[in-house]
Amino acid sequence: MEQVIYTNNLTKKFGAFTAVDNITFHVNKGEIFGFLGANGAGKTTAMRMLCGLSIPTSGQGYVAGCDIVKEQEKIKKSIGYMSQKFSLYEDLTVWENIKLFAGIYGMHIKDIKKKADVILNILDITKERNTLVKHIPTGWKQKLAFSVAVFHNPKIVFLDEPTGGVDPEARRQFWEMIYSAANDGITIFVTTHYMDEAEYCDRISIMVQGKIAALASPKELKDKYNAKDMDEVFSKLVEGTYGVM
Amino acid sequence: MKQLMSFIKKEVLHIIRDKRTILILLIMPIIQIMLFGFAMTLEVKNINVAVFYEYGDEMAEKIIARISASEYFNIVKSIDNINDVNNIFKTEDVDTVIVFSHNFSKDLYNMASPSIQIINDASDPNQASTVTSYISAIISSFQNDIILQTKPIIINTELKMLYNPELNGAYNFVPGVMALVLTLICAMMTSISIVREKEFGTMELLLVSPMKPAYIIISKIVPYFIISTINLVTILVLAVSLLDIPIKGSLMLLMAVSFLFIFLSLSVGILISSLVSSQAAAMLISGMGMMMPVMLLSGMLFPIDSMPKFLQVIADIVPASWYFTAVKKIMLEGQGLINVGKEIIVLTFMLFLLILASVKKFKVRLG
Amino acid sequence: MVKVSNISKSFKDVLALDNVTFAANQGELYGIIGPDGAGKTTLFRIMTTLTIPDNGTVYINNRSIIKDYMEIRKHIGYMPGKFALYQDLTVEENLNFFASVFDTDVNENYDLIKGIYSHIAPFKKRKAGNLSGGMKQKLALSCALIHKPEVLFLDEPTTGVDPVSRKEFWDMLAGLKQMGITIIVSTPYMDEASRCDRIALIKNGKFLHVDTPDNIIAAFNKNLIAVTASGMKTLLNDIRKCNHITSAFAFGSEIHALIDDYNNIGNVLSYLNTMKYRDAEIKIISPNIEDCFIWSK
Repeated sequence: MEQVIYTNNLTKKFGAFTAVDNITFHVNKGEIFGFLGANGAGKTTAMRMLCGLSIPTSGQGYVAGCDIVKEQEKIKKSIGYMSQKFSLYEDLTVWENIKLFAGIYGMHIKDIKKKADVILNILDITKERNTLVKHIPTGWKQKLAFSVAVFHNPKIVFLDEPTGGVDPEARRQFWEMIYSAANDGITIFVTTHYMDEAEYCDRISIMVQGKIAALASPKELKDKYNAKDMDEVFSKLVEGTYGVM
Repeated sequence: MKQLMSFIKKEVLHIIRDKRTILILLIMPIIQIMLFGFAMTLEVKNINVAVFYEYGDEMAEKIIARISASEYFNIVKSIDNINDVNNIFKTEDVDTVIVFSHNFSKDLYNMASPSIQIINDASDPNQASTVTSYISAIISSFQNDIILQTKPIIINTELKMLYNPELNGAYNFVPGVMALVLTLICAMMTSISIVREKEFGTMELLLVSPMKPAYIIISKIVPYFIISTINLVTILVLAVSLLDIPIKGSLMLLMAVSFLFIFLSLSVGILISSLVSSQAAAMLISGMGMMMPVMLLSGMLFPIDSMPKFLQVIADIVPASWYFTAVKKIMLEGQGLINVGKEIIVLTFMLFLLILASVKKFKVRLG
Repeated sequence: MVKVSNISKSFKDVLALDNVTFAANQGELYGIIGPDGAGKTTLFRIMTTLTIPDNGTVYINNRSIIKDYMEIRKHIGYMPGKFALYQDLTVEENLNFFASVFDTDVNENYDLIKGIYSHIAPFKKRKAGNLSGGMKQKLALSCALIHKPEVLFLDEPTTGVDPVSRKEFWDMLAGLKQMGITIIVSTPYMDEASRCDRIALIKNGKFLHVDTPDNIIAAFNKNLIAVTASGMKTLLNDIRKCNHITSAFAFGSEIHALIDDYNNIGNVLSYLNTMKYRDAEIKIISPNIEDCFIWSK
């Protein structure tokens, strides 16, 4: 099976502090990969390195076939990114946001228009095409942001807590979109604090103090830690191990 | 009181922790004074001089020869007709005209005090005053040389500044920098430090606490008042020691007017902070809204008298232009309280209005 | 106690709060639960005297938020949405400052915050900006408690915090409740509802339910089933096509669905069996708060 992300002893230090400590893992093509961990466990740092935004202190990593140290610019072209904090420009309209982000990735305006129509139709917000993003409800905003992140058909999309604070129904609809994108062969790399969402992933890694403490499918993890759900798995792994950072 | 003290302590900590900003605040006035000071006192060279004298007048020719020999001046033209003197600035590339009186040498020998008139294009007041002092120096050294040979003689040196008779601008940058620095620190820094609390959400907490709004305002004012005072003293010391600009009037009066202006600028800062909700907006308003008028309309760079009427009206609204005038009068011209009474009254009135407005605008709740 | 009666608040043409009413008793841990944009923060700002409602009244221990706001401010603690701390001041300086704002000092009420502050006390010389999320949260809570408030208002204290830290935080709240402090707390995490004495579910500015979590669950009057099978990714779409299923959503490793009648479970099962889901299992389940929220209409 094709490995879209592959790391070997990836490490990042800030002075004396080791944020990411020798992590080695891979993500398969078309997989939904859950990247969990406590606050300050090193998730964000690891994700930044994979996106080509930060250079590792040591170790190697390949994303979409590109070296994360030498081919940072190439990586950026083949990934999509969305976070809860920043995803769309609030003071631009829905269409302007789509046009902007698709344009950044060099898509032709004709293709953008065609695809935008399809997506707005799927999201059922065709009539909101010229509405400022700040005026559309949070749930829709997240779904739109996701559509924009995968608009240019990236090989991988990185989702950093994409559903934080979103209402339960919209959160589930969001995951249905993730499923359908994964179905189209896009690899999903997602972080979340909702443990029920961890169950939706094909495989999960749990980071503790800069290291990957566990990596397997939800079912395997639950069996291994003799837990009824992912919440319990997470607690067993993380509890008592932090408080220093 | 304990509340207030700990609040002030917190503000001081904020300022001290931000080393880069405090450094800029303390060094900025020094750099500005140096920049303006040295830029303005740069030696003038290659000044084009035209002369009017009676051909064959021995002494006049000797003086002209001396001027010509100086590295600063080029004698470019000899004027034949006295009526051409005023027009020559418009028709030719001439900076200064020197006019020798009728029968110059003869009068000189007869102890009849002949005169030399120096006419300058003073639209560049700095250059004009430098030129004048150089020429005067040449004339007086010439005078001294003659004394040694014969009896004491007297030459009346007459000055005429065209286009800017009061030589506005020569040292104007000192009151200008004072107005600029005080406005910047008081209005900009105060508004930014209040608005920052809004941005970080801490203002919400302060409002929810029983802290009196007056305490919040006072604690924001005190540290910047201190920094402004330090800057004020720095500027004055530099002006006097480094640039040899004397404080002709009363130092007490100068400080009193400056404190009045500091309070005025602080209340402008507080008013700005109640109008905007982001640091960027506060910076823009206090930067563009306050600094530009201070630079352009206070009289610091351009004399207000020569501005179009509507700009003069706008200049009257800018507090800095009143402060600027007051400082100029006290510091450079040595005038007393009576003569700056108008400026003080206007500034006090503005202060009163601003305090009223900012107290009214300061919200005890969120918008 | 906190008594909120019929408050409404609009911002321009957006109705942020629509006729909201509830009351929290002395010593109660009361949860306001709902997603972002539901109006939680507006409600908190009104209760903490920061915003005036368009209609309705709010009394905090019999003091009006309009007339007696200064008195109220002396007796409440508030933790706004983002941890409002001075990032450039140290842990200790932050705490001392907020103590002096309320005209008290750290020693006076140290017992109250001891359990929380002791976690971060080793880092008291560290600047607040350099703390981790969980530690910032503890410091902000300590600062909100330092004057021994009668009522504590916490606006989304656990948002963006990992599950273990969240649990720790709720344990701390339970401890504070023991000390008799009334706590009003908001959260977007439905699973935290069970930690509250009573909750209000809020959506689009309106309260859907106001009751104890158990009563809300007991009042759920729809037929809820949990479905599992291998091939979960396609199961959701397929089960929605079944005639007896009115609605279905993924819930962790299961799918929760509403069925028209429990007697039809067999029919649904055989429907799934005829498709590719031979190992499908269906259970009748009692709802959790999230079910109640989704199917409240």
